[in-house]
Amino acid sequence: MMDHTTSSEEKEKGVGTTGHVWDEDLQEFNNPLPRWWLWTFYATILWGIGYTIAYPAWPLINDSTAGLLGYSTRAEVAADIEAVETSNKSINERLESVDLVDIEADDELSAYAISAGGAVYQTWCAQCHGSGAAGAVGYPNLLDDDWLWGGDIESIHYTISHGIRNESDDDAHFSQMPAFNELLEEEEIVQVVNYVQALSGNAANDLTRVELGEVVYQENCASCHGDTGEGDVYQGAPNIADAIWLYGGDYETLIETVSYSRYGVMPPWIGRISESKIRAVSVYVHQLGGGE
Amino acid sequence: MFARRSKLGVRILRGTDMANYIKLTVLGLVVLFAMLGASFARDLAYQAHMILIMIVAAGLFLWILRKTDEPVSAVDLSHEYNDGVIRAGVIATAFWGVIGFLVGVVIAFQLAFPVLNFEWAQGYANFGRLRPLHTSAVIFAFGGNALLCCSFYIVQRTSAARLWGGNLAWFVFWGYQFFIVLAATGYLLGGTQSKEYAEPEWYVDLWLTVVWVAYLAVFLGTIVKRREPHIYVANWFLLSFIVTVAMLHVVNNLTIPVSIWGSKSVIIWPGVQDAMVQWWYGHNAVGFFLTAGFLGMMYYYIPKQAQRPVFSYKLSIIHFWALIFIYIWAGPHHLHYTALPDWASTLGMVFSVVLWMPSWGGMINGLMTLSGAWDKLRTDPIIRMMVISLAFYGMSTFEGPMMSIRAVNSLSHYTDWTIGHVHSGALGWNGMITFGCLYYMVPLLWKRERLYSLELVSWHFWLATIGIVLYAASMWVTGIMEGLMWREVDANGFLVNSFADTVSAKFPMYVVRGLGGVLYLAGAFIMCYNIWKTIRVVPEKEKSFSTAIPAE
Repeated sequence: MMDHTTSSEEKEKGVGTTGHVWDEDLQEFNNPLPRWWLWTFYATILWGIGYTIAYPAWPLINDSTAGLLGYSTRAEVAADIEAVETSNKSINERLESVDLVDIEADDELSAYAISAGGAVYQTWCAQCHGSGAAGAVGYPNLLDDDWLWGGDIESIHYTISHGIRNESDDDAHFSQMPAFNELLEEEEIVQVVNYVQALSGNAANDLTRVELGEVVYQENCASCHGDTGEGDVYQGAPNIADAIWLYGGDYETLIETVSYSRYGVMPPWIGRISESKIRAVSVYVHQLGGGE
Repeated sequence: MFARRSKLGVRILRGTDMANYIKLTVLGLVVLFAMLGASFARDLAYQAHMILIMIVAAGLFLWILRKTDEPVSAVDLSHEYNDGVIRAGVIATAFWGVIGFLVGVVIAFQLAFPVLNFEWAQGYANFGRLRPLHTSAVIFAFGGNALLCCSFYIVQRTSAARLWGGNLAWFVFWGYQFFIVLAATGYLLGGTQSKEYAEPEWYVDLWLTVVWVAYLAVFLGTIVKRREPHIYVANWFLLSFIVTVAMLHVVNNLTIPVSIWGSKSVIIWPGVQDAMVQWWYGHNAVGFFLTAGFLGMMYYYIPKQAQRPVFSYKLSIIHFWALIFIYIWAGPHHLHYTALPDWASTLGMVFSVVLWMPSWGGMINGLMTLSGAWDKLRTDPIIRMMVISLAFYGMSTFEGPMMSIRAVNSLSHYTDWTIGHVHSGALGWNGMITFGCLYYMVPLLWKRERLYSLELVSWHFWLATIGIVLYAASMWVTGIMEGLMWREVDANGFLVNSFADTVSAKFPMYVVRGLGGVLYLAGAFIMCYNIWKTIRVVPEKEKSFSTAIPAE
């Protein structure tokens, strides 16, 4: 076994090893604790004691020490919210009391509504309509001129307030397209789809069926979607003569839509967010580009 | 066939026969139960697991049955180290490491390019299923096997004694691999209790408990029968790791199965107490599994590789006790600004900050061990690997206490900064020290003259280091950016950004992170090749060091 107490290296360092050896050559020097390490350790302990005196820290039977500074995370966030609400109080009151149609004419109110409405939109609406408001399949694009239930500020406000086809608000917009596979022959559905494709300017799948499809359309579809496919915002019936499609304007998708219908749902926001926020987001959506 | 007839026709029931009787009975019952479980199964994960258990138990049953008549070898092995199980552990560590890193690279790119969550793989290989697979594979499969084989290596050599319990060490090894397979397949099939780093369901937890107790018995048994007067420092760390993980695992997994024929179970802890227990567990999984256990590895392999004594015995004692006492209280910093009461949050933060120096004690002791041998950094890529692991250890154990401060946490929490933090610890500290230990052990375990190629070790070192830097730096950028974006408000106090805005802003950094992962994975492949070549090509060393001789 090697001599582990008086090797030349250890003499240089001025400390010996503990005298223990494992596994042939494993040893430990007897160096003292580095001073800076020890003092920093002590400093963190002292700081820790001070901090636990200043802040709520030590558990008691039913509660805990409150800390000399009286700090509380809940109080802190409540104070933050309170400060914002106080500073916005008067403008929120104005936003709720003026006529909807007058908001955009008032520069100060309009600027406020757009910034508040943007925040509401990003929090509650972006999940379906997209963070850029361009929508997705089944979720309308809010940037274009195509409005299912009307695109003036009052219609938008009503839609946001009560929602569409939901079961929680009696005033929600409601309409229901029939599933035509129960009412029409398969061939008639193919015909009407070809007609609708031609109507919206797409190349029809089968030109020979377009005329037959027009007959089916006038008998079954025109009452809601209009004689020329222009749609009807009072029934939420989409314009089907333009190039904008909620679920898709290709042949397969149209066959599916006509056969099984669609049933898009939007929740009501009354009761979930304040009237001033609903108004703000209405203004925000209205000014996105497509507002009427 | 269980008892043997001697030449004289006397039936002799030997001890091993008795043990085989018991084993066969238990295995038979397990097969029976698993058959019932597979047929009554209420969910897919449970059914698949019962079939798996049935196959494994039936295979073992037949194996033992065939062995019963074989004469037992009379060779006395008690003076030789049990290195077979360590060799198996080295291979398992490398294998699971590659799997874990690979899944990590896949999910990193799934975050950058969501289209990689393929429609056909929904419910099996989408991000939500693969993420726990990645974390468990790297922490428990890669890290766990590294701890298992290194602790068996260390405890034998520093105790100058063969592993206690005979084949129990093999039971621990294979039992642990079986746990990994059950956990991993469970995640993919939807068997999870949704507790981070504690996802396996109740029966997998029970199995791990059995294996872990056996692990403790082997380790402690070896220490008890040691032929050295003192217990080496590495063993204190390893023992504290084994004992504490047992406690954490049991308390955090106190669940009641909904049915004995199904994987679902319900935790007994209600609400915020469940959150607190979970993060007491989660944080100490980091503290004892990934810190104390790996410090145990560091305390053996660094002085060995550097051929220098450990810097300070005093420091090792003080920082050991300070570390294990303080770590256990630091968990609540994972729950700042939640339903957790403020007092618990304050204590978690204070203990985390006080933990800074005790954590650094290990780094100092490791780095200072090299004083007088710094030239080895130039000549020995294995030492370089061990030193950089300590550098990352030091960095992440400073970053951790800093992030636990409430004001910092309000910016960093829920952001990618946290992900970057754990990866500089996991890839830098746990990964690099493990690679160093494997490179040290492989030639010794397979009795080779040397490693196949030190140049390949250098390549591994640089690929891994650059990979970690890309990973950590990109996550600092995205983490701080998204933290700032989340809190950005306009003049009227309204939030400016939506969540999706932050996601799209992070895209370029997500790609950088994925590339960092690719480099790290490439390094691991090089290591596997190097280990393979060492075993297959490098000539055998003549003198064997596998005999247990007390040093003193």
